[in-house]
Amino acid sequence: MRCTVAAAGLAAVLAFGVAGCGDGASDAPATGSSPGAATGTVKVFAAASLTESFTTLGKQFESAHPGTTVTFNFAGSSALATQINQGAPADVFASAAPTNMAAVTSAVSPTTFVKNQLVIATAKGNPKKIIGLAGLAEPGLKVALCAPQVPCGAAAGTAVEAAGVKLTPVTLEQDVKAALAKVKLGEVDAALVYRTDATASSADVDAVEFLESAKAINEYPIAVLTGAANPTGAQQFVDYVLSPAGIKVLTAAGFQAP
Amino acid sequence: MTKQRVPPALLVPAVGGLIFLILPLAGLLWRTPWSTLRQRLTEPEVAQALKLSLLTASLATLLCLLLGVPLAWLLARVTFPGRRLVRALITVPLVLPPVVGGIALLLALGRRGLLGGWLAETFGISLPFTTAGVVVAEAFVALPFLVISVEGALRGADTRYEEAAATLGASRWVTFTHVTLPLVAPGIAAGGVLCWARALGEFGATITFAGNYPGITQTMPLAVYQSMESGDLDGAVVLSLILLAVSVTILAALRDRWLAAP
Repeated sequence: MRCTVAAAGLAAVLAFGVAGCGDGASDAPATGSSPGAATGTVKVFAAASLTESFTTLGKQFESAHPGTTVTFNFAGSSALATQINQGAPADVFASAAPTNMAAVTSAVSPTTFVKNQLVIATAKGNPKKIIGLAGLAEPGLKVALCAPQVPCGAAAGTAVEAAGVKLTPVTLEQDVKAALAKVKLGEVDAALVYRTDATASSADVDAVEFLESAKAINEYPIAVLTGAANPTGAQQFVDYVLSPAGIKVLTAAGFQAP
Repeated sequence: MTKQRVPPALLVPAVGGLIFLILPLAGLLWRTPWSTLRQRLTEPEVAQALKLSLLTASLATLLCLLLGVPLAWLLARVTFPGRRLVRALITVPLVLPPVVGGIALLLALGRRGLLGGWLAETFGISLPFTTAGVVVAEAFVALPFLVISVEGALRGADTRYEEAAATLGASRWVTFTHVTLPLVAPGIAAGGVLCWARALGEFGATITFAGNYPGITQTMPLAVYQSMESGDLDGAVVLSLILLAVSVTILAALRDRWLAAP
């Protein structure tokens, strides 16, 4: 008896859900290019440096597409690539570097959507008077870099090489947020982080621009993944990120348009 | 004891539990790149991380023995107000997520920390990003294991020997060193082994408090994480395998001698 009731309930929910889909499709005829309105959950794996801007974009996307939910997994791009290749359920991958995107075998024709540049993050007011990359090599100064295996670390390596300085960091952090946290805590005097991360934490840190960062610009590719559980939603989320509204959020966070 | 029939209601979940614990380890062995194993083992980064892990875990255990045995004795043999609270506080690192432990250590012993600021200004001592910092992080997480084991041993030990020593005129210190310590030596050894194994596997507090730099603070668990993060699954598996082999060897060798129930 109880089973029958449950089954009836389930059927009702399903019917309601299907009806909901239909309504959604008829509500949004303006998006002519899309094959149907997105529904359900879109699982986005995104680089740690995209945390703030993608969280905002996710909320905007959800209100523009009622009935959809965007969930995020933010981490270092290389870790995300490994997770996706090991079968983690993802619909969209946004990487902080093309190399990590290339490592993902299921990414479909990635598009570069933004660029990011490095800055030197220091404590508020720049108490150590750091003005450039060469200044980071001063003895007694504690510097955090990202590990060379993650994009912010690779970019830092390129910039340091371009500057021709010998830098000895005290720690190699696993993603840009961890490096920035060490500055916020006051445990290091400076860290090389993305401009966007420094912007997002401008209440706690100062950003010092440096010349050589122009030689180490990171390109961010985004792609829908084959085998995505929600390909329609995934494609619409990518479209939204690439739309003028999406780029506006990203440039406000300090990213450069490609 | 006579031979008994094992009820299936107990046997099935028991075997299930065993498989649940062993299967992931089997997965590790299954995925190990055996053909390149030798070559990977001789990589200097691996040797460096392993050496650092063994060194810091041993130093952390030493530190825990120096601090933990007296602490356990205090808890087991002396009645003082607030003892229950002290015991609860000691076990906090057992249940605290290690990352939280790392942040707590930073706020206490970091450059701007409660005590760390004073240490840095007065003596120029700074623990984060140093090998000593790794030892501190490991000891923080491992100390409760030692204290609990030793306290248990002390409570289980027959106090009549200590009382006899006292009636013969031995001071508390002499009683402790000549009677109590030999009596609970197996318990201390068991606690030390547990403490060492926990220190060897420590990850969260270490990466948060001591950072990650090859040769200075990058222990084996950190090296595993870094390999995994950078997409080098083979490297991560090899490093994990070494860590597993070391842990299992030590635990298996010592279990029957010291960890077995009396």
